[in-house]
Amino acid sequence: MTEKSFMAGFGGQGIISMGQLWVYCGMKEGLEVTMFPFYGAEKRGGIARAGCVVSTTEIASPLVTTPDSAVVMNEDSLPLCEGIVKQGGTLLINSSLVKTETKRKDCRVVKVPCNEIAEKIGDGKIANMVMMGALSKVTGAVKLDKLEPVLKSFFPPSKHRFIEMNLKAIEAGKSAV
Amino acid sequence: MAEEKRLMKGNDAIGEAAIRAGCTAYFGYPITPQNELTAYMARHMIDHKRTFIQAESEVSAINMVFGAAAAGARAMTSSSSPGISLKQEGISYACGADVPCVVVNVARSGPGLGGISPGQGDYFQATRGGGHGDYFHLVLAPKSVQEAAELTFEAFDLADQWRMPVMILADGMIGQMMEGVTFPEPRDLEKLPARPWAAGGQYKTHRPINHVSSINLVPDELEAKVHERFLRYEQIKKKEIRFEEVNTDKADLILVAYGTSSRVCLGAQQMAKALGIELGIFRPISLWPFPYDRIAALAAKGKRFLTVEMSMGQMVQDVQLAVAGKAQVSFYGRCGGNIPTEEAVLAEARKLLGK
Repeated sequence: MTEKSFMAGFGGQGIISMGQLWVYCGMKEGLEVTMFPFYGAEKRGGIARAGCVVSTTEIASPLVTTPDSAVVMNEDSLPLCEGIVKQGGTLLINSSLVKTETKRKDCRVVKVPCNEIAEKIGDGKIANMVMMGALSKVTGAVKLDKLEPVLKSFFPPSKHRFIEMNLKAIEAGKSAV
Repeated sequence: MAEEKRLMKGNDAIGEAAIRAGCTAYFGYPITPQNELTAYMARHMIDHKRTFIQAESEVSAINMVFGAAAAGARAMTSSSSPGISLKQEGISYACGADVPCVVVNVARSGPGLGGISPGQGDYFQATRGGGHGDYFHLVLAPKSVQEAAELTFEAFDLADQWRMPVMILADGMIGQMMEGVTFPEPRDLEKLPARPWAAGGQYKTHRPINHVSSINLVPDELEAKVHERFLRYEQIKKKEIRFEEVNTDKADLILVAYGTSSRVCLGAQQMAKALGIELGIFRPISLWPFPYDRIAALAAKGKRFLTVEMSMGQMVQDVQLAVAGKAQVSFYGRCGGNIPTEEAVLAEARKLLGK
């Protein structure tokens, strides 16, 4: 199994964090992983992208050019993501912010209202975790189960009080698809 | 091996590996895409009660490395392409004075200030003695975060063993990407190789007052010194050549690439296999000394070569030297901070094979 994912949005949405946590959880589940971040020079609001590969075998190219799954977190990222996602791949779209319909007919389209779900849980900032839950459910590449100890080892102790909320967001994302 | 695998950026992993290798003094100056490495050393060298200095420039940093290493420190500096150009004078001096040190180049696109995206256009500079005068030094090119850590750890010992700077030639992709990595046990500073040649006269070392310098104004003496060094280079060529091969026995066309491009080539090789096309990979790990003999042996078996680089074609000249006109050598490259894609490399290989 090799799953190449491409995540795109704007700076501040937690795109790089999502990529980082996705591969970290993959690594903890025994997979080979690689993540390449790309972002603009702006402090906030610039482009943010993460190319992630998780695999049961040695990973060849760390550059994700034709992803199996593409995560579209904002409207501006749609043309890029729908332009590169593999035939028969999956487009995961944050329908809270992406209102345009995709032109792609040859791949699975999964819409998740990430921001709405996140706000219901308590904070719009965890929209990325909602999406990560959805990505897990749809691809099955990283299971994201037995997550609490993994999140505890990922985040410094000062952030542990946010873990419960993040777990809820990931579960909500899984249930939304 | 009790330690858990960690998810780290290449830059951070190089820093951690250097600390574990017993690096006692780091001197740097910030530049993208290697900043995390300097930052990692700033954060962790002090904790280990070792020396960290952010110098006022790259030139200053490499001269601090020269001074510290000449006085017996396991010294290191790191930078990215334009900064490495500035360090060349100091690297030449270190080579001329036989001073061991480690220099990391997390290369970006050029020439000039160029861009901050990954590049492999520093191959000539790294492998031909990028400063003035007759010299070479070891150059090792990692393909992954794990290998970046391993080669950095080893570089310090190689530097001591051969009395020369060792360069880790990574690129912005290796520096910026995150992968799983495990580290070897930290070296005991009390058990590092002895440096009886280092500048002495201090209370702690009891070394004689050695002079460590590259200068010699007597032509015959300087010539003898250079000859002695080149005899050492011949030893290095016998002992330190490293490379990795994939499927070179079955395939007629072999992709030659190092660092990030070699990973892309591996992807293309796997895609080709799924189409029933055999491709081989030859990945030099030591760029100097270069594995000429092994490539020549593959050429003698009738293999063809496609060199893939993130440059306009630099290592390809070494492949041509190796095959000495006995095999076809083609080239595919991207530059400007662009990375070749698996699809493009595969298309190039298929064009050559007519399949």
